[in-house]
This record gives sequence, structure tokens and C-alpha cells, in this order.
Amino acid sequence: MFYREAGQFKTTYKSDQALFPIAQDRYFVIGVVLFAFLVIPFFITDYWANALLLPFLIYALAAIGLNILTGYCGQLSLGTGGFLAVGAYASYKLMTSFPEMNLIVVFLLSGLITALVGIFFGVPSLRIKGFYLAVATLASQFFIVWLFNKVPWFFNYSATGQISVPPREIFGFLVTGPDASPAITYLFTLTLVSIFALLAKNMARGNVGRSWMAIRDMDIAAEIIGIRPLKTKLIAFAVSSFYIGIAGALLFAVWLGSAEPTEAFGIDQSFLILFMIIIGGLGSILGSFMGAAFMVLMPIFLKNFMVDGLGLQPAFSEHVQIMLMGVLIIFFLIVEPHGLARLWQIAKEKLRIWPFPY
Amino acid sequence: MHVRGKEGGIGPPDNIKEDIKDMKLKQLALGLIAAVAITGSASAYELTVPTMDYRTGPYAPNGIPFANGFSDYFTLLNERDGGINGVRIKLVPCETGYNTKKGVECYEKTKKVGSGALFYSPLSTGMTYQLIPKVTADGIPLYTMGYGRTSAANGKVFKWVFNVPLTYWDGATVAVKYAGEKSGGMDKLKGKKIALVYHNSAYGKEPIRTLQVLSKKFGFDLKLLPVDHPGQEQKATWLQIRRDKPDWVFMWGWGVMNQVAIKEAASIRFPMDHFVGVWWSGSENDVLPAGIKADGYKSLAFHAPGADFPLHKDILKYVYDGGKAVDPGFKARVGEVLYNRGLINALWASEAIRTGMNIHKTKEPTAAMVRDGFEALDVSEDRLKELGLPGFTFGVKVTCANHKGPGKVAIQSWDAKAKKWSIVTKFYQPMDDVTGPLIAEDSAKYAKENNITPRTCK
Repeated sequence: MFYREAGQFKTTYKSDQALFPIAQDRYFVIGVVLFAFLVIPFFITDYWANALLLPFLIYALAAIGLNILTGYCGQLSLGTGGFLAVGAYASYKLMTSFPEMNLIVVFLLSGLITALVGIFFGVPSLRIKGFYLAVATLASQFFIVWLFNKVPWFFNYSATGQISVPPREIFGFLVTGPDASPAITYLFTLTLVSIFALLAKNMARGNVGRSWMAIRDMDIAAEIIGIRPLKTKLIAFAVSSFYIGIAGALLFAVWLGSAEPTEAFGIDQSFLILFMIIIGGLGSILGSFMGAAFMVLMPIFLKNFMVDGLGLQPAFSEHVQIMLMGVLIIFFLIVEPHGLARLWQIAKEKLRIWPFPY
Repeated sequence: MHVRGKEGGIGPPDNIKEDIKDMKLKQLALGLIAAVAITGSASAYELTVPTMDYRTGPYAPNGIPFANGFSDYFTLLNERDGGINGVRIKLVPCETGYNTKKGVECYEKTKKVGSGALFYSPLSTGMTYQLIPKVTADGIPLYTMGYGRTSAANGKVFKWVFNVPLTYWDGATVAVKYAGEKSGGMDKLKGKKIALVYHNSAYGKEPIRTLQVLSKKFGFDLKLLPVDHPGQEQKATWLQIRRDKPDWVFMWGWGVMNQVAIKEAASIRFPMDHFVGVWWSGSENDVLPAGIKADGYKSLAFHAPGADFPLHKDILKYVYDGGKAVDPGFKARVGEVLYNRGLINALWASEAIRTGMNIHKTKEPTAAMVRDGFEALDVSEDRLKELGLPGFTFGVKVTCANHKGPGKVAIQSWDAKAKKWSIVTKFYQPMDDVTGPLIAEDSAKYAKENNITPRTCK
């Protein structure tokens, strides 16, 4: 009833192949995007930007990146933290070596550099598969973090190996550094994330995405019907790393402001993002957003609820929160093993036939 | 004035019943909200002190005693003296887990609580690096006692950051001084081997630069052995030490890493009296797991251990027996090294708040006034005695240009039989001729990167 498509006739191929063929979906998504762009910036505070929205958007972008590789192309990767680090350090080196460079160029180049690194580490995927590939990407994670700890050129010979972002502006607005206003950092991140999410959505349903899914579903069959595994897998690695690299650059330059490799880009980041796409839904762009929201916002929500709402001790509520997150993850995976995105899809179908299910 | 406002919604006490009958529930609710709002805003100004604790995760063994000492001192001021200069303190706890990402969330969440946070002490060098630009933009003093960015000692560049009473670079020079003294003179260090076992993070890497300069100066051989977070896996590191047989091992460790390192050192029978930790690697829970074998382990220190001071008696009386402690189960451990560290951190910070209030002659200081207080901080040994800690540590004095204070360091030693730490040397002067140029160089670099013009100090 709420979701009736009756009366929505499609008379052209174009409208039939639209991104959101159902009108309700379309209006809803447009509404959310407009709200995010036109309403939130006027009410955003430091807390909302730095503690909630920026991490959510940045992790969502990283999750889209990993989802392209793991969800669409079926190549399990545990090197996400390392690729985030590559993006972050690339942006740091570019910003400090070329202070005049436009920030958007910096971010795109950081993504491209990460894509090259991703291709390099993706080469073994032609020979090794499944869990064995996960081990190979795990090696890249440790190698990259070790490299950024070891070679002082990457952190400009600073005494502690810590990198700190210099203040940079775009169109006269300060985007990085401590004086940047939350509305600007938020809008900048939101713009990049929206553009790349849209691109990913289109890529996933186009020629490239279909060949990724063919490789994922059965690589031998895909090869037989004429999909070249070398090209397809490496494109997946490149695109995925490009996304993750941009997320890493945003994470360092816009959100954290300073970082050290071991802590900010450790193995736990790789797992965190992998959990995001598993819980959100493998092979779904919407799922990447849902997973990121769940893994980033839920702990903070639980914490604030317990500490501010119930007045519990922060340390106690931290322990409870860790357990609750575990319980929730198990709960959602039992209810729907295919993730939150699938849950949403089922809900839509139920809404469509409500109140007369058959 | 506000008393009338408070009663306004409900009416005078004698006809309260009739009023309530007449009044609709909605009006009553509105009145109550107004009353709360009015009393809330008029109800005394409180000094807001966020405590960025970590009582969870791999750093909790060290985070808990420190957090308890820090909170207990402020609670004591509230219970015994009614606050600082008669203004009560409101502690705002936030759990960071020694994680910089959670630290950002905590900072943003607590900075506007009440009338605004007066200062931050994150007890994490990584978080300090994160917060330095933020507090500078927001105008909140950052007090990193004996940790954080060493070059913040240069007050001309780092207006909002204080690391009184000492820095890691002071510590590194004193550790070398001590090694030299024990070897029979600084010239005897030539050709000796010193290994640095360090937490592979901004914190652990801080002393490296100074030690490199010192190794050139005195001709010893420096070996760097990083240990990755969280530091539970150190077999390879200690195998290397066993093979290389360094004459001295220095350690910059934190959390679980400390106890694992001391246990590993014991298992390869490394002589404990040649194993020197920084002041963050020398508390009871670092050495206890290694048992009797940890006997004689040394660490740097800038204050005394133990609970024999008048202040501790007051804390037990007012805070623990008064039922006001954050962590009541901690009573038996009051006086541990890191507990005392938390106390002295809170003490110096509260004196800074007091100084700021006195300078500006106000009962409602802002963060900027507290910063002025930090910059005029002067806690002499006599003042320490008045505050209940006679002979606890040396006197400190901060100036506009020097945010690190005197930087003196002593060596403490662990007696495994008595299960007690005790200071075994005098307080050494650091080698300011070595650290001075390094501080100038590093702070100039920061100023250049962030377009800061160093201010002039009178």
C-alpha cells in the first residue's frame, strides 16, 4: 500500500533502466540528499561533524571501496587499513610538497596513487583465491604500515613519525586544519562521497560491474564466456583502492587532522570495514552506508544512551557497549545473513503488499 | 529573584493545593520546566574539568590508577575545601580507551559541557598531537604532564600547551647521565651499547632524536627496538637483546607492554639494575607480574611513591570513607606510583586554575583565564607542604617562554621483596644544552608548518 507502483508506467528504455525505477525510492533518495546538502549544514555543530557525520561518511566511502572488491568481485581483502594509510600519506606528501595544489586534485591524486598500489598488491589474486588471497592482502596491510613507520621520508622526518595536516582551503573556504568550520568539512566530504557513491552505483550495474559479478559467481564460467580475469580483477582492485585511498585521505586530512600509521591504520581498521560490508550487505552500495552507520554510529549512540541517559559509569558502559555490539551483530546476522540492505529490501516488499500479504 | 521564578509555576506554598487543582497538567509541567531552567542557570557556576580516562582496553592497567588519582584529588577539593577558592569542581568523565578516534569524540563531547572545559589532560601522546591544533583553535589549555609533544616546552610557539614539569627529552638525557654515572663517568660510555625498547607510536618515538644526538656526543651505540601496539608479543625483541647483549636497556613502554617486557627481561636473565624505564614504565602493576625476578628494576621518576603523605590521609578520610570515590574498590591501592602521578597532575592543574582565578580576581574563570594561570604557575616546595605533599617532588615554575618547568628527574628502584618502589638517587638536572636546540628546531618546524608567528615573551 505504501509502496504501490500502480500507475507508474515506463514508456522508454531510459526510464526502465533508471537508477531508481520506483518513484517512491527516487523521491526518498532525492529528499535525503537534499536534506543532507541544504538543511544539515545550517545546524551542524563540531560534535555532530567530528564525532558522527564525518566518520560515518568517510567509513561509508571506504566500505563502498571494499564492497566493490569483496562484495562485487568476490576478492576477499584484509588490506583495507593499509590502503587507507596509502591514501592518507599520499595526501600528506602532496599537500606538504605542493602547497599550491588544489585540494580536489590532491584527493584525486591520492586516490590514483592508492589505486596503483592496489593493482600491485592485486596481482597475486590471479593465482590465489579465497582465504589464501586474504592472507596475501593481510601481508600488504602489515608491509604498508611497517613502511610508513620505517621510512622517514613519508612523514617528512618528523620527530615522532606523526603526520599532521597543514591548513588548506578551497574556493576561499578552509577545509583542513583546526580552524575549518564543521559545515564546510561536512559539505566537502558529503560532496565527494555522494559523487563517488553515484559513480559506484552506476559502475556496479554497467558492463564493468557485471563482469565483476560474473567473476565472483564463478570465475571459470566467466572466463569461458569471454571475461578476462586479469583485467577484471585488476580493475576491481584499482577502483576499490581508489575509493579507499580517497577515504584514507579524507580520514586523515579532514577528520583526524593528524595520524600515526600503527594506530590510525592498523589491522583493526581492515576488520572494521570488512564487518561493515558484511553487516551492511555484500554487493550493495546502500548496504555500505548502512553498515558504516551501524558500526560507527551505534557504539556512540549506545554509549551516550548509557552514560547520559542512564547515568552509568563510562568505563562500565564501555564494556556493556562492546558486548551489546557483539549481540546486535549476531542478532542481525541471524535475522538476515545477507545484511541490513537485504533486510531493507524485504521490508520494501512487505510494504508493497501490505495489508494483504499472500 | 530566581526564588520567585522557581515557585512561579507552582504558586506560593499555602495555596499550592488549590493551584494544582486549577492548573492543567500542561501548565504544571511548563512551570516545572521553567523552574528547573531558572535554578539550573542560576545554580552556582562550576569549574568544568573533563577527565579523559581509560579504564578499558590494553592500557587500562596503567590508565585506572592514574584516572583514580586524578579524580580523587578534585573530589577531595570539593569535599574538604568546597572546591577551588570556594567554587565547586564538576568532573566530566569520558572513556577514551587510549584510542585517538574515541579521543576526538570525547573532546568534542566535553568541550562545551557546563560553562566550557577549563583544560584537557588526555594522558596520551597520540591524542596530544591530535588535540594541539584543536585546543589552539578553540582556546582551551592542554596540560600534558611529562608526555606529549616535547617541543611544546617552547611557550612562544605553543601558547596553549603545557608540559610542566618535564619532557621525554629531559628523561632521555637523565637516563644516559645515570648510565654514565654507574659506568664510572660519562667518558666510559664510549663504545657501550644502549638499546631502546619503545612503543611503536608517537609516544615511544619521542626520545629517539635526543638519544641519537647523545649517542654521537658520548660515543655509545644506540639500538632501536620497536614494539607494536599493544605490546603483548615481544619474544623477537628480547631474543635480539639476548644476542646483542647491550650494556643498558631503556624502555619507553605503556600498558600491557611494560609487564611483558619486564617478564621477558627476567626470562633472559637481563640484569635488572641495567634496565631503566621511563616514568610511565615504572609502576606497581608493571613489575608485580614478574615476581621476585623484577627486583632491582629501575625507572625514571619525578615524584615520590607511597601513601605516607598527609594528603593521602585526607583522601582516605574525605573521599573513600565519605563514599565519594569513583572507584571505591581502589582504597587499598591508594599511593601507587601512577595513582600519585594522577594526584600531582590534578594538583598542578588545580593550582593553575586557582592562580588564574586570583590573577583575574574572578570566581568564574574561562579557559583563557586558566591558561594565564598555567603560565603563572608557581608551586614551590613550601606550597607543596601546605597542600599536604611535603617532599613529594621539586618546586615548579612556568614562564611565558618555558612551558616545561625545571625538568628534573630521579631514579627509582623496585624492591620485589617489600613490593615497594623507592627513589634511590638525587634529582638530576637534565642536559638543557642538548635538548634546548632540539626544542627550538622542532617548535620552529611546527610554527612554519602552521603559519604561527612566535609571540614575544617579556
